[in-house]
Amino acid sequence: MDVEILSRIQFAFTIAFHYLYPPLSIGLGVILVIMEAMWLKTGHVRYHNMARYWTRIFGLTFAIGVASGIVMEFEFGTNWAAYSRFVGDVFGSALAAEGIFAFFLESGFLAILLFGWNKVGPKLHFFATVMVCLGAHFSAVWIVVANSWMQTPAGFSIEYKGEIMPPGFAPDADQILNSRAVIHDFWAMVFNPSSMDRLSHTLVGCWQAGAFLVISISAFYLLRGRHKEFAASSLKIGLCVAAVASLLQLATGAKSADGVTKNQPAKLAAMEGVFQTQADVPMMIAGYVDMEKKETVGLQIPGMLSYLVGGSTNTVVTGLDAFPEADWPAVQPVFQLYHLMIAIGMALIGIAWLGMLLWWRGWLFDASNPLVRAFYLVLILSVLGPQIANQAGWFTAEMGRQPWIVYNLMRTSQGLSEVVTANQVLASLVMFTFIYALLFAVFLYLLTRKIQKGPDSEEDSEEMPASWIAMVERRKGQARAAG
Amino acid sequence: MELNTVWFILVGVLFTGYAMLDGFDLGVGALHLFVKKDEDRRMFLNAIGPVWDGNEVWLVTGGGALFAAFPMVYATVFSGFYLAFMALLCALIFRAVAIEFRSKEEWKWWRTMWDVGFSLGSIVSSFLIGVAMGNILQGIPLDARGNYIGGFFHLLNPYALILGVTTIALFAMHGSIYLVMKTGGELQARVRGWVNRTIGIFLFFYIILNVATFVYAPHLLDIVRARPWILAVFALNVLVVMNIPRQNRKGNEFAAFLSSCGAMVLLMTLFGLTVYPNMVLSMPNPENSLTIYNAASTAKTHWIMFIIALLGVPVVLAYTASVYYIFRGKVKLTPHSY
Repeated sequence: MDVEILSRIQFAFTIAFHYLYPPLSIGLGVILVIMEAMWLKTGHVRYHNMARYWTRIFGLTFAIGVASGIVMEFEFGTNWAAYSRFVGDVFGSALAAEGIFAFFLESGFLAILLFGWNKVGPKLHFFATVMVCLGAHFSAVWIVVANSWMQTPAGFSIEYKGEIMPPGFAPDADQILNSRAVIHDFWAMVFNPSSMDRLSHTLVGCWQAGAFLVISISAFYLLRGRHKEFAASSLKIGLCVAAVASLLQLATGAKSADGVTKNQPAKLAAMEGVFQTQADVPMMIAGYVDMEKKETVGLQIPGMLSYLVGGSTNTVVTGLDAFPEADWPAVQPVFQLYHLMIAIGMALIGIAWLGMLLWWRGWLFDASNPLVRAFYLVLILSVLGPQIANQAGWFTAEMGRQPWIVYNLMRTSQGLSEVVTANQVLASLVMFTFIYALLFAVFLYLLTRKIQKGPDSEEDSEEMPASWIAMVERRKGQARAAG
Repeated sequence: MELNTVWFILVGVLFTGYAMLDGFDLGVGALHLFVKKDEDRRMFLNAIGPVWDGNEVWLVTGGGALFAAFPMVYATVFSGFYLAFMALLCALIFRAVAIEFRSKEEWKWWRTMWDVGFSLGSIVSSFLIGVAMGNILQGIPLDARGNYIGGFFHLLNPYALILGVTTIALFAMHGSIYLVMKTGGELQARVRGWVNRTIGIFLFFYIILNVATFVYAPHLLDIVRARPWILAVFALNVLVVMNIPRQNRKGNEFAAFLSSCGAMVLLMTLFGLTVYPNMVLSMPNPENSLTIYNAASTAKTHWIMFIIALLGVPVVLAYTASVYYIFRGKVKLTPHSY
């Protein structure tokens, strides 16, 4: 295997592993804010225990997220040096902003969130939780902005041998190493055509990841009949977030697909398996891309894609035939992963709203009902849904961008480090495989243990500082006076 | 002052912040195996517990700022030092995981395994950081496009190795002083005894390093001849290091720690003053060197980033200081400590 494919595998592997964790931190962050707000409002010890329990899970995912995140920042330089030289003037400032605005905020206040229960008052602790949650969201903002710029570059000029080239200049293979993108309009770079669509789609996916983790663990307790009240309260919060996020995800997904149609037609053609530019194009539900015959077969809704693209079945959809075959992404995996993501997205809407329905009807917490117990099993497994969909979505986005590393400007093969050899990348890839397998095993082990151990029981919430106990007592007094 | 110089300083400030803060984390790691009792080891881990994560962010942000302000340097150094940086990543990950997981189980083998992982990870990280800096000081072979053309083993030259070991000693010194501040009782008395020893070891390697400079990096002497005031910084640095045992003896733990921080800042200042305006010196072809001019982003990007830094850095400093203030004082172990 050559350096290019090894470097791509390494980047894909390390980013896919990394991306298991930040969505959990972002999603759990939102849920922690909700739980602590309820704790402050009601003074009920259960919410305190909830916040503390889910904070422990949060701490675990955060730690692995940070450790695997440093790798990502290094890899631009180690494996993609030519790319880094080409984009540094534009891309680097987004990364630096991420460090200054997001990572510091997150990690600084994380100390208070995790270790500050006995050191600060309830309000300051809540503030720290909000800041951690905000920091996690900011980090998504800047990295998605940077990535979106690679998809739909904007706000830059190309400089070739020190001279600014006229707009529309695309360096050829001989010019690329003497060219670089230089910033021309910072805000146009930040708000490039795809950044807001992709940011909203990513963030909502993260909320789903956090919500379904809470749902899954809570359902496990309910199925086992353990920590029932704790689990029921957690499940309710998880379901509310999941129900809202799942529907929102449909909207942000549609908006993203719309943007891809406009800005990256070759990617859309691969996502939907459209080979011929024509009108009345069907939308595929599931299918198979026959690369020999250059056609896609499977379950489809006639004319639907044309309708979605232009509001009429007569709309002409650009197919892959409009592009030289050298500029096609790998159609089969892009198509399959895209459809996998959509299928899971739909299933998650169904699960979340079925849960809401059962809750509304008063059946959700009746663990004696075998149908409800079966539904708990579905809920336990549902944690995998957002994780797989998030991964599939990113693979669609990034494989669909190929063969470009910066869309229509620089090819992935041109972005490599010139001095790094295949053997070196192979060595580091083996190292990452080993170390991440270890990391993942330990993560699962500790997560299981935390789940086994469960939350503190309502009577003996451990080591609550005096100021907090005073708050609980005050609330109780108020409740007595009112009632 | 032109923006290139401003950004040279700002990137330097970020890496100095990293050395000063994560430096004591790494130093605590290097000293970790020197205490045997489980409770003492937990004290060590929890001394850095709430802050090590944030301290590592200085490295991430420094890397990001380097990428943005001097992309050519970022690309050259990270791709050129490929295997060394991969080893650094491996060490940093192992270390982070070890901190997180060590105290989660009671089993002796489990704790010993992560203790060794934490300590080795810290030592290897410190060493590789030193090796990278040694190579930058000594100069590395670059081609006309700024690509590193030496091999991996070229990086492991005597000068870089000496600086690597010196960095381990420096961080261990910094870590021991930090630990004096965070521990109490019998453990503190023991750690206090380490301070002078680690200072001695550091000074020993520091002297060797300075002697080695005459042999392996004589071009640095020309720079000192051209900028003799560098010697004043050097003298100040020695004084600040000497102040540490004095404060330690008097029991001024915080003053000793501040002195140690001052020593880190002055060492990084010396580094900066010696390489400026080069960022990566090319040896043997100095005309291929990456400087703050030919490796820089455009002035526009420097401006944008300058505004980002103006907005962000004061806020960062404010809450970093608050976090340190909230977690001031001696470590107490609780059920949810590391």
